[in-house]
Amino acid sequence: MTEAEVVAELHSGMTIGIGGWGSRRKPMSLVRAILRSELTDLTVASYGGPDVGLLLAAGKVRRLVYGFVSLDTIALEPHFRAARQSGSIEVTEYDEGMLRWALYAAACRLPFLPTRVGLGSDVLRVNPLLRTVASPYDDGEELVAVPALRLDAALVHLNRADAHGNAQFLGPDPYFDDLFCMAAQRAYVSCERIVTTEELTATAPVQTLRIHRWMVRGVVEAPRGAHFTSCDPDYGRDEDFQLQYANAARDATAWAAFRDRYLDSDEAAYQAAVAT
Amino acid sequence: MTPATRAEICAVACAEVWRGDGEILASPTGVIPTIGARLARATFAPDLLLSDGEAMLGRGTWAIGERPAVIEGWLPYRAVFDLLYTGKRHVMMGPSQIDRYGNANISAIGDYDRPTVALLGVRGAPGNTVHHPTSYWVHRHGPRSFVAAVDMVSGVGYDRAAAAGPAATRYHEVRRVVSDLGVFDFATPDRRMRLVSVHPGVTVAQVVAATGFELAITGEVPETRLPTPHELELIRTVIDPRDARAHEVTG
Repeated sequence: MTEAEVVAELHSGMTIGIGGWGSRRKPMSLVRAILRSELTDLTVASYGGPDVGLLLAAGKVRRLVYGFVSLDTIALEPHFRAARQSGSIEVTEYDEGMLRWALYAAACRLPFLPTRVGLGSDVLRVNPLLRTVASPYDDGEELVAVPALRLDAALVHLNRADAHGNAQFLGPDPYFDDLFCMAAQRAYVSCERIVTTEELTATAPVQTLRIHRWMVRGVVEAPRGAHFTSCDPDYGRDEDFQLQYANAARDATAWAAFRDRYLDSDEAAYQAAVAT
Repeated sequence: MTPATRAEICAVACAEVWRGDGEILASPTGVIPTIGARLARATFAPDLLLSDGEAMLGRGTWAIGERPAVIEGWLPYRAVFDLLYTGKRHVMMGPSQIDRYGNANISAIGDYDRPTVALLGVRGAPGNTVHHPTSYWVHRHGPRSFVAAVDMVSGVGYDRAAAAGPAATRYHEVRRVVSDLGVFDFATPDRRMRLVSVHPGVTVAQVVAATGFELAITGEVPETRLPTPHELELIRTVIDPRDARAHEVTG
């Protein structure tokens, strides 16, 4: 598939999960395609980085579900800060582990999963719909019941995939990409390179194949598709560009110029612009 | 050897929080706690496990900004969550606000719906604090960081854990707080923050003036211990030869 074909299968108002972690291995070419689309009113769930920042800046997000939003080497995401500080979005702020539980409950087709996480914290105060549940066993402990977060779609970026949707991470961490895919009605994988199935295990152990075709609806070949986030070992984070992004995000005029130069055309133009 | 700097004293005070912890994961955030954790393992807490900050557990002692030479395990984020639920971890986080019962805020300053400063989000703080020991590092001790009440309870303190019930208190422990001025714990009958020691060159009055709530102070407050010559050498030549610590604490 192409990025445009993926976006054509999405609708305004959907709940969309985005894989990766912070400013690491984000499906940025798919995010950029959403920026250019008519999609709006989205609920976005993410261990957030610039994917969240860009979607917020473009006004695509109604509600954000997150444990954090950060650019890693730049601690605070400027668009996220602006959106939070202006009160322009609804938020579901969870502990990182609660977000995992919410996705896992959805993947397991359970209504909720119990945990201690959240007890005593203001996560329960700011998410008044969260309920607790009493253990039916002798301990009688009162635990948080994290509700399933069912995704209409998941977007993840992997290093390699075959055309069937078997996909492989070659970097240090799979993050929660498999979980996002399993929690979603439809999962879309972008990857650095589509290879034959044989090639996937020719030089890397089979344990790196964390995404399986039964989880996946479509595959997009997107070389440097995670730019400017990291996609180890294919490439590291583009720190210079990330700094340029963060600086531009702090000023309306600078942001308009950034958008015009990098985002308003198409992916090929983006990749050409960032290569110069 | 030149005398220990404040940053080095703080690093040793951070190292001390892991003393006696045994074979658990030490998870520091920030430069000074990271130096502290590596120093603790290199000296009096050899069984600690340490991550490279990405997804690997490393053996040996390596420098700030570098990678361990020997990998002893794979610890992607999912495995960190699994591990922390077992309780085999002691985290040191760096909150923007902390109160007298050890409630800590890393999420947002001001009104939650429209914060004056949006920070990172609660991250793993709610889960960490109710599953295993937690300590805190505050690199700038002042009335805006040591506050009467935090704006968004991310890390759970003693009063809030007690109010939430036995499931919250069962594995809850806020061990210590280290700031650029002193060391604190919660060894009081009502679990209020207590001044354990002041760093050399800092007075008790200075700490009191910089704290936005009443600290428990019992008797004569000792000075935080100085690094040993061996600790200073490790910090200066092995763990932080490029002096990243001076950017977090000056003087």
